[in-house]
Amino acid sequence: MQNRTLEIGVGLFLLAGILALLLLALRVSGLSASPSSDTYKLYANFDNIAGLTVRSKVTMAGVTIGRVTAIDLDRDSFTGRVTMELEKRLDNLPSDSTASILTAGLLGEKYVGISVGGDETVLKDGGVIHDTQSSLVLEDLIGKFLLNSVGKEAK
Amino acid sequence: MSVDNAYAVELKGVTFKRGSRSIFNNVDIRIPRGKVTGIMGPSGCGKTTLLRLIGAQLRPASGEVWVAGQNLPTLSRSDLFDARKQMGVLFQSGALFTDLDVFENVAFPLRVHTQLSDEMIRDIVLMKLQAVGLRGAFELMPDELSGGMKRRVALARAIALDPQILMYDEPFVGQDPIAMGVLVRLIRLLNDALGITSIVVSHDLAETASIADYLYVVGDGQVLGQGTPQELMNSDNPRIRQFMKGDPDGPVPFHFPAPDYRADLLGKR
Amino acid sequence: MRRKSLLERIRLFGRAAIDVLAVLGRSWLFLLHALIGRGGIGGSFQLLVKQLYSVGVLSLAIIVVSGIFIGMVLSLQGFNILSSYGSEQAVGQMIALTLLRELGPVVTALLFAGRAGSALTAEIGNMKSTEQLSSLEMIGVDPLKYIVAPRLWAGFISLPLLAMIFSVVGIWGGSWVAVDWLGVYEGSFWSNMQNSVSFTDDVLNGVIKSVVFAFVVTWIAVFQGYDCEPTSEGISRATTKTVVYASLAVLGLDFILTALMFGDF
Repeated sequence: MQNRTLEIGVGLFLLAGILALLLLALRVSGLSASPSSDTYKLYANFDNIAGLTVRSKVTMAGVTIGRVTAIDLDRDSFTGRVTMELEKRLDNLPSDSTASILTAGLLGEKYVGISVGGDETVLKDGGVIHDTQSSLVLEDLIGKFLLNSVGKEAK
Repeated sequence: MSVDNAYAVELKGVTFKRGSRSIFNNVDIRIPRGKVTGIMGPSGCGKTTLLRLIGAQLRPASGEVWVAGQNLPTLSRSDLFDARKQMGVLFQSGALFTDLDVFENVAFPLRVHTQLSDEMIRDIVLMKLQAVGLRGAFELMPDELSGGMKRRVALARAIALDPQILMYDEPFVGQDPIAMGVLVRLIRLLNDALGITSIVVSHDLAETASIADYLYVVGDGQVLGQGTPQELMNSDNPRIRQFMKGDPDGPVPFHFPAPDYRADLLGKR
Repeated sequence: MRRKSLLERIRLFGRAAIDVLAVLGRSWLFLLHALIGRGGIGGSFQLLVKQLYSVGVLSLAIIVVSGIFIGMVLSLQGFNILSSYGSEQAVGQMIALTLLRELGPVVTALLFAGRAGSALTAEIGNMKSTEQLSSLEMIGVDPLKYIVAPRLWAGFISLPLLAMIFSVVGIWGGSWVAVDWLGVYEGSFWSNMQNSVSFTDDVLNGVIKSVVFAFVVTWIAVFQGYDCEPTSEGISRATTKTVVYASLAVLGLDFILTALMFGDF
């Protein structure tokens, strides 16, 4: 029956489409089954966030533990305020932990690395990391280096 | 309601324009119920447009089109689709649905508009196909049929819902004499047997005159004449006479309007 | 030749503008009538299945083949450029993002306009010229509901599916070239890809793009068929128009959508 092959064809086509979506979700974008809603927010103020973007990774000991969700300028201190969402199960970060903006490789993307402090108290949802290390700006480095060498020659 | 029961279709003061050119100018036509009415006229005079006005596929610029007690131009889109169920049209090309076979083509109006069982539909379709003499061809696809057979299948489809009014758009064009004879007989037969009102739009004089009870001759956006075929044959209106006799020249000139021939040839461009 | 006066030129310009507006208006009414309102014809699901077959399934071959080749070419080109920076592992990321964000929706829509769109226009135009549409009307069936609506829906459904299949096949073709042929380490190929591709921002945005394209391409194709002059010349002109307008619309909309989705405003 011709109608039958036609319907089978359409069925296979729709299945292929759904399969493609699943493949894109799981295999290509690495979407994990765990919902991302189990997170809590932390803030950190940096003197210079140059190069960091929304959706950048937040890592600890090289393991991705969250993402940057917003970047804006703090009106009072004139520093860049970075909002991060971290996995809920890591609710035991000491309150004197350090956040620094790092670069993956020489030309790679920027991400936030958190190193653990030693304080007894822990950061809660909405807490602020005070100890921060800004993005390394290549131009500043070169500038400093030049100044230094000029200074030495003058002596 | 102002509809005289003797008439199935009444056009009152219908004007129709295409762009700025007017195709019909204040035309009155009355189609008697239960008869075969021929509408004749030279090619391009808007005969097909007339059918489309009756079928309300086109809206007149002004005037009324009364069919079965309803003024069609005033109806809403969905009421129109209901009103059309009582009309059947045989289009010039047959207009069979090319992706359906003969049986499904005839069954189509029944499937869409009725809740009949498959067996009932089968019986009705076979009856209609028998009426046009093509019951044996029910499994064929439209592109396997000759032009004449296509038209007969289309006729079977047009009468599937037992319409009150049946319209034929140039049924005789491009038919061989046998197919033409078959169609002429069928139109007459269906009209008499089913008691429907038939409207035949055509420029084929002999065939139309042979089956029509009443004739209209249209041209220049006007009704030029009306009457029984006999009356029109003996008409003293020169335009009707030219048309009925088929003279090449007359009030309808052989030449398209042009500047003077001599001046055109000898003059400079 | 008599030169046209300025007033005459302005008049012609005005008339052209009015014509364009009239076509736009007609096409909107056409769409509204087809998709909204009373449409209760039994078996419309059957009609949809039939159209899904001719619009979707029959376009599958060209989509799959072009997907594979485009993925393979991207892989080769990307490898050549990236390897000079010593970061050929990023080739997976590059292929995936290019396909998901741009090439998947856009190339699929262009191929769809050429393969299915032109066929839709020609089919409907042909129905119009053989009076099948008129005869449907006289049978008391609205051709907008019976002929046009199933084709519109079939296009809306098919194109996004085709675009996703295109992306998957392209990524597979790219991985085949990169991993099996050029020797990129498989683990870093996929992990790089998974790290950089976001489901909501890349995959879903791509799908949204293809939904928009599906809408526009199918609409143009079906409308051109329905609105064409019912002669063989008119049909061929309408078919050309479909491919040209649909392609231009896809490329133009792609820029706008990309700016909205990925641009920083």
